[in-house]
Amino acid sequence: MIRAEQLTKSFGRARVLDQLDLAVASGERIALVGANGAGKTTLIRCLLGEYTYQGKVSVAGCEPRAERTDVLRRIGFVPQLPPPLRMPVGRLLDFAATVCGGATEPMEEVSRRLGLDPHAVWKQPFAKLSGGQKQKLLIAIALGRTCELLVMDEPAANLDPQARRVFFELLAERQGSATMLISSHRVDEVAQLVSRVIELDQGKVVLDDRVDGAAALDTVLRCRIELSRASDAASAALRNWGLVPVNGGLRFTGTIAGPDRLRFLGALARYSGLLRELVLEEPRDEEDPS
Amino acid sequence: MTEVPVSIPDALRPGLAARAGAPRRSGALRQLWLVASLDVGESLRARWFAVYAALFGGIVAMLFVFGLTESRILGFMGLSRLLVTYIQLCMAILPIFVLVTTVRSVAGDREAGVFEYLLSLPVGLGAWFWGRMFGRFLVVYLPVLFAMGAAAGWATYSGIEVPWALFGLYAALLAALSACFLGLAMGISAVARTVDVAQGAAFALWLVLILFLDLILLGVMIQEHVPAETVVSLALANPLQVFRTAALMLFDPDLVLLGPAAFVIFDAFGKTGFLIYSLAYPTLLGLAAAALGYWRFRRGDLP
Repeated sequence: MIRAEQLTKSFGRARVLDQLDLAVASGERIALVGANGAGKTTLIRCLLGEYTYQGKVSVAGCEPRAERTDVLRRIGFVPQLPPPLRMPVGRLLDFAATVCGGATEPMEEVSRRLGLDPHAVWKQPFAKLSGGQKQKLLIAIALGRTCELLVMDEPAANLDPQARRVFFELLAERQGSATMLISSHRVDEVAQLVSRVIELDQGKVVLDDRVDGAAALDTVLRCRIELSRASDAASAALRNWGLVPVNGGLRFTGTIAGPDRLRFLGALARYSGLLRELVLEEPRDEEDPS
Repeated sequence: MTEVPVSIPDALRPGLAARAGAPRRSGALRQLWLVASLDVGESLRARWFAVYAALFGGIVAMLFVFGLTESRILGFMGLSRLLVTYIQLCMAILPIFVLVTTVRSVAGDREAGVFEYLLSLPVGLGAWFWGRMFGRFLVVYLPVLFAMGAAAGWATYSGIEVPWALFGLYAALLAALSACFLGLAMGISAVARTVDVAQGAAFALWLVLILFLDLILLGVMIQEHVPAETVVSLALANPLQVFRTAALMLFDPDLVLLGPAAFVIFDAFGKTGFLIYSLAYPTLLGLAAAALGYWRFRRGDLP
């Protein structure tokens, strides 16, 4: 799906991508990780045909710059920072659907699944939405169209746990039909989503590793927690993750998206002194996780 | 009486086909129009446009309030005096406004990540660049034209004679001036990588053109015995000077108000010849600058 040979990109004297070689097969789920300035965004922009470069790059056999629109028809892109567009949400969806040769309806459907009814904000300027709402719409535009490659830069950073779970389900539905390239500066944020991790440093690939035992994207874990004493902050955090209190508020039960397990444990870390019991279990095949 | 239901084909209703779930094809011309309408929409929501539209509407209203329509100074009658004053003010305001707002908007969009996102969608670069230019042309030209049209409408309503030939000429001259400075601004935006640089370059360009107006630097050059050919060439190359000469020559056939270079130009071209030149040259200059900008835009990094 993606092939880069001796890919080099410089800005003035600064070489951001340095003779980078990369091959990604169709259907792979790649985590593109690295520190700030490692070259992740530059690589993405080369794939999107937005940067000129030295070397060779192809996406589905097409050269991104020379055959830009052909390549972009195959790519769904979610940027790290939402653009400050003043246009209303409806206009943005209509524009995106039209240039992609599709329809807004599937995008609206994805947005609704993520918890944002686009018609409720149809006439609102995109820039006036909250960070999470913007992210949901950008994901909806990328996933609400037919594409062979999903390129996402920190896609779930602004999403609440419920929306993240739906997002993982949406990615799971695309498994097999779309290659995924998910960029993040932290490997633990995306490790559960991918089958392969590529780390960049100073414009070069410094790690290219398969992920063993990668969880299925749509895995849901049953969760049970008991606190040793009541805490408003801990209760609020657990409720935010979709857990509900039982037996007077010290016990909480619910489900957690499988790819979010590490993030969930990270969120629990600050309340570790209050934890009397913590159970995370994967339901057996025939069981309903809820 | 029974109502006959009227059905409008989906293809004629923008956006409806998309919402109905029908996939659509997106040709280059359709994309260009989409980008243009997007730019018009973004501009209408921007604060600069409100200021811009209010400014030109305010100018016309002010000229009416001060009774310039009825002035008979220098022999002007009816609406002519107002139009002459209006076009002079347009020459002072429109170029710098178009230059600064366009470079701020285009270079600002690039800096803010708008290009990164919208150009990740399969929209052609030609449709993107020329669509934005066309949309912006509508946004900068139509308020100026509407303000003039409103003056003509009010004059007709009030029984004041409207010089339609002059109105047409000024409308065409303003279109040429808008296209010229819009093209220059698009060219600057494509070359400059940051808002600050683009804005500085736009302001410097405007300053140079102002300095090379007939009555300022050209007058000095003539006093200093610079060859006449050089002076005339500079005057002909300066779109502001060309605009100014064309706008005033109908009222000042001897060109006492315009300065010596304009007199030579008028003498060489003749009235009709210079009018054609004054419409064609700024338009072509703007298009050439925009084409150069497009060439640079296509070849360089987009965001």
